[in-house]
Amino acid sequence: MIDMAAAYNRYKFLGYEFLTWLWYTLELETEKLTDADHNEIDLKIGNRLVLENRTHNNIESIIIKGDDPGLEEGLLALKKGAFVTEIELVLQEGDFQWHFSIKGESLNINGIKTPATGPVERNDDIEGAVLEKIFLLEKPISLLDTLYEKFIKAKISPDWNQDTAHKIQKWIKA
Amino acid sequence: MGLLTSSISITRYKVNGELQTPIKESIYNGLRKNLIQDIDKQPIDRVVGWTSFENPYIPDFQEESLFFGSHIIFSLRIDKKTLPTKLIKKFVAIETAKLLKQSGREFLSANEKKTIKDEVIDRLNQGIPATPNIYDVIWAYEEKSLWFLSNLKAANEELETLFLKSFDLTILRLFPYTGAYFMKTLSDSEKDLLTNLSPTQFSE
Repeated sequence: MIDMAAAYNRYKFLGYEFLTWLWYTLELETEKLTDADHNEIDLKIGNRLVLENRTHNNIESIIIKGDDPGLEEGLLALKKGAFVTEIELVLQEGDFQWHFSIKGESLNINGIKTPATGPVERNDDIEGAVLEKIFLLEKPISLLDTLYEKFIKAKISPDWNQDTAHKIQKWIKA
Repeated sequence: MGLLTSSISITRYKVNGELQTPIKESIYNGLRKNLIQDIDKQPIDRVVGWTSFENPYIPDFQEESLFFGSHIIFSLRIDKKTLPTKLIKKFVAIETAKLLKQSGREFLSANEKKTIKDEVIDRLNQGIPATPNIYDVIWAYEEKSLWFLSNLKAANEELETLFLKSFDLTILRLFPYTGAYFMKTLSDSEKDLLTNLSPTQFSE
């Protein structure tokens, strides 16, 4: 394995490409969105999408936010060579909803809002609330792992350029 | 208890290595060895240490407040005193004037100025309480996985250093490369492919 600090900077692009792949998949190949047990999931882009364009020696940030934001400007930015640096997602399971953001550079998960846990009124309630919260947090984390694995398998596949990358290029161009 | 707040940020780690048995004993010892120290009324301006999840201001590691199912939960506490620059400037000016008057000189040497500033900072630090920042740690020992409930770079660096010092175990941050490299389903030849990957240009 290579040096950690060097690896962080050298492979940031994997995180950015993952988020771009994820957006494409959410738009056009939702059948690929399954959890670790191959169950279909209901995942949508939330209220915030951040892109960055580093061409022409400048860094241009494009932030799209708001309720149910139109993503046309994001696609236009992709067309101009930008990549997705941060995406907010909403995971729905029955009546339960999770909101969370993923940063491409680090794959850190920010601002996770889980369905509410039971109230803590006495000290005895803490253990139950903690275990419930961990269970609820595992949901988006495990989903992120499953989706990232799908992306990595596609990226290292010999068909990446002809298949996945080509489809994403066509989507951006359309 | 950051874990029970409504909005959570997580940095994930892979834990390398194993603790000496009995494991619980090693965990207690590691935590107690680097328990947060009280720096109020002391000239020290910053301290980092472990504290208990349920009672972070009066740390006490009891089994029921450390082990939750298969998870070990505790917190990293960083206490810091922040002195306003204008306050330091005021007292340095007072002390400088006092020393100049006593010595009958017009100027002080660079060394003398530094000594005055250090003494002023030490004195002021003794008079203000430290502000605590608490970040929860959730360690799934069997899975060699650790969640740190902060994305702040400085806090993550403190965690990595203190964890190694306390448990003699390294923790590796999961980011795009390591997240892929440590996937259980990736073969050695696939790891080589991963290392040789380059960016794809999606636009024309």
